[in-house]
Amino acid sequence: MQIPYTVTPRSDTGLFNGKLGIWLFLASEVMLFGALFSSYVLLRTGAPTWPRGWEELNIPLATLNTAILITSSVTMVMSWASLMMKDFNKFRRYMGSTILLAFGFLVVKAFEYGHKFELGHFPSTSNFFAVYFTMTGLHGLHVIGGIVVNSYLLGPGSKMWNTEPERFTNRVEIAGLYWHFVDLVWIFLFPSLYLL
Amino acid sequence: MSDSSQSAEHDIDIKKHVRIYIIVFVTLLALTLITVAVSYLHLSIVPAVTVALVIATVKASLVACYFMHLISEKKLIYISLSFTAVFFIALMFLPLWHMSDNLTH
Amino acid sequence: MRPRKERETPLEHVAAAEHHTHDHGHEEHLGFWRKYIFSVDHKVIGLQYGVTALLFLFFGFSLMMIMRWQLAHPGEPIAAVFFIAPMALIGVVVFFISGIKPSLSMLIGLLFLGMAGLVYYLTSGDERFPGGIMLPEFYNQLGAMHGTIMIFLGVVPLGVGAFGNFVVPLQIGAPDMAFPKLNMVSYWSYFVGGLTMLVSFFVPGGAANSGWTSYAPLSVIATTGQTMWIIGMVFLITSSLLGSVNFIVTIVQLRAKGLTFMRLPFFVWAQLVTSFLLLLAFPPLEAAAVLQLMDRVAGTSFFLPSGLVVSGQALQNAGGGSPILWQHLFWFLAHPEVYVLILPALGIVGEIIANNTRKPLWGYKSLVYSVIFLGFMSFIVWAHHMFLTGMGTTISTFFQTTTMIISIPSVIILTALIISLYGASIRFTVPMLFALAFLPMFGIGGLTGLPLGLAPPDIHLHDTYYVIGHFHYVVAPGTLFALFAGIYFWFPKIVGRTMNTRLGKIHFWGSFVAINFVFMPMFIQGLAGVSRRLYDGGQQYAHAQGVLYLNNVMSIAAWVLGAFQVVFIVNFFWSLKRGEKADTNPWHATTLDWQTPTPPPHGNFLHEPVVYRGPYEYSVPGKKSDYTPQNEPETSGQKA
Repeated sequence: MQIPYTVTPRSDTGLFNGKLGIWLFLASEVMLFGALFSSYVLLRTGAPTWPRGWEELNIPLATLNTAILITSSVTMVMSWASLMMKDFNKFRRYMGSTILLAFGFLVVKAFEYGHKFELGHFPSTSNFFAVYFTMTGLHGLHVIGGIVVNSYLLGPGSKMWNTEPERFTNRVEIAGLYWHFVDLVWIFLFPSLYLL
Repeated sequence: MSDSSQSAEHDIDIKKHVRIYIIVFVTLLALTLITVAVSYLHLSIVPAVTVALVIATVKASLVACYFMHLISEKKLIYISLSFTAVFFIALMFLPLWHMSDNLTH
Repeated sequence: MRPRKERETPLEHVAAAEHHTHDHGHEEHLGFWRKYIFSVDHKVIGLQYGVTALLFLFFGFSLMMIMRWQLAHPGEPIAAVFFIAPMALIGVVVFFISGIKPSLSMLIGLLFLGMAGLVYYLTSGDERFPGGIMLPEFYNQLGAMHGTIMIFLGVVPLGVGAFGNFVVPLQIGAPDMAFPKLNMVSYWSYFVGGLTMLVSFFVPGGAANSGWTSYAPLSVIATTGQTMWIIGMVFLITSSLLGSVNFIVTIVQLRAKGLTFMRLPFFVWAQLVTSFLLLLAFPPLEAAAVLQLMDRVAGTSFFLPSGLVVSGQALQNAGGGSPILWQHLFWFLAHPEVYVLILPALGIVGEIIANNTRKPLWGYKSLVYSVIFLGFMSFIVWAHHMFLTGMGTTISTFFQTTTMIISIPSVIILTALIISLYGASIRFTVPMLFALAFLPMFGIGGLTGLPLGLAPPDIHLHDTYYVIGHFHYVVAPGTLFALFAGIYFWFPKIVGRTMNTRLGKIHFWGSFVAINFVFMPMFIQGLAGVSRRLYDGGQQYAHAQGVLYLNNVMSIAAWVLGAFQVVFIVNFFWSLKRGEKADTNPWHATTLDWQTPTPPPHGNFLHEPVVYRGPYEYSVPGKKSDYTPQNEPETSGQKA
């Protein structure tokens, strides 16, 4: 017996296995980042003083990063749409763009961090910076994870397009769901840390 | 295996989706600019948080509904996410309640 | 393929059966490493979890034995030989029990010898036992690691990783878990986490010593072992998260035709709810672990308040942190965790009671709705562990109320299981003895929890031995007995032989009596005001003098309890090769796991099973046999 519903959806749930799996995983990620947001709120409301975001952080750079990440979300969903339209070359261009944009995000982040260190601002400096570095750091690790997965799908993993195109399309869809979630976290992280 | 007429419908469907993706993309960029512009007003904390969270929620909903196709997802996904939402709210607000409802205040 | 009588071990049984690749597309001959070590078959992985977890349980038990020595003889030099010699002896016996041929028994025998060596190391050396007398700092290590190991490396991996993995796909008629490779990654993540925990005993300063609860700020300033605890937990949480996704998708998507949700065995429902608890409750602890790691390693102050003074020196950190924040994040996981500890056990007991009463479980619908409601409520009761943190009366009332409400589904489940016995034709098999004992033991555990869930009595009882008595009753004569029941019950499906009944009954009665003498006195000591985590067992307290003699009672009982586990160990390894042969369904059970060949081949079912009825069609009036398997077609063409 082969494992059923890896590609074809099961009729009563309407889902294939990977789709359910990734949404469940994302639910757990909501709880992970939720716990960090909750900690941030608790620490900030309990603190006698807390700097406003613009006093300590580089808003223009972070706005650029927000635009980069949103764009990468579009290119990601377009890479899936390209596969749905059976255009493999378009898929490669869009997926490649997604990965490049993700690297761009990390490069900007590296500049930001570097500048903070130059000014003598480290996680140990204050709880403001502890929260800033920890939350953006964990988010950054998730970006790296996404780059790894997407690179695999662009590279060695893309061979599956020749043998099982539907299954490969589903894999790209699932990776896309993860990548959109990374974008979603940043959509909340950006104003919470930089704009308040 | 879909026949050619079904795959033609399929393609039109995807093209409709692509148009939506572009509209959402532009909207997201616009909302980003708005939320950054508002921050330059240096509002006090309560209005600042309200505006920022409302805009962020709208942006997040667009990403979730259209990029993640949540608007046309299956019941089981909605159920799992609803439970997650309830527990997220519990984790967010109960510790805060503890901080305010305290014997030393 | 070697003839059946020459096959050595369950792992080999199961993996060898992979050669029977009937419908499976790829007829590869898997090498040793892919077959036994990096297998993706849920049955092999389940056994890997089972063996690893049982070893950790035994090691955690040994740590407790050393603690109990100290509590009975505080300040006296330890007679370590009473611990090391029996362990070494077990190792030698198990090593040779299958003869001089490479086998699982030999590996386990060596590991027992290794554990004996580890215990020798732990009970000697100036950093732990100068002059043979235990240092308080080392007692604290034992306390923290006993708890951590039993919960995270023992009971949960056994209940979920082992029983869940092996039985769930079989009971739902699936060929494997939904994501077999992910399953393998889950096991090895658990293994690495467990190894990290063990290695922490060897670093300078020893293992974590701030309780399994790792409260800040003590845990933040603790020795290196605490950092290893955090790293170990990250691996364990990862294992758990990947596993829970796998379980939920498997149960939802891979049920056989005709197997609707309300026809699922109660064991599967229990595992489904357990997986949701693990999925959504663990991440906040992972977040907290990251924050504590940052505090310890990067100098942040998430949990360190301002103005902290340690050993007369003010800490040079930024301050402004919240120790209470750690407690919230920790207990948000740790409360659902205790339901993770009990739900698989309730599932196992349900299966065994139905099977050995030859009747359907009473109140199947109530059981299902209760277990779902229980799972939901478990997320909003956590601060009943924090009543003494200066909580205001309103929020305290909230958590007392939710805690009282959550006792309702627990009582419904226990009541349904007890009523299931009424009018039954009870078969007192060894699994049934353990399952029956579970009921009153879990009852005592649950009832003693009620005063803890109400704030006023909790003021008196919090952090006393009463608490230790309460939770051990639920987990030790509770869950652990259910897990033993499960091992005796499913052994013939895995091995094709039953465990010896007489030895099983000796194991049962000895354990049942001894375990009550270990834990019942704790309620008395707790009520008398003896705090937990005291390295001298209350010797310094004037008000505890009257109940100190109970330390000796409990320590002797613990030693006796350990001795009876030897009976189980010997029975287990002996029966692997020389137990009485069993057919594919020796218990005459109805569920799908018993309708497979023994051991189940790779892919489990030769043809896709179809389910026609509920899980407990025992003693159906008018039928010839007193049981009807779920997948047996009706002679008159019943619809699936």
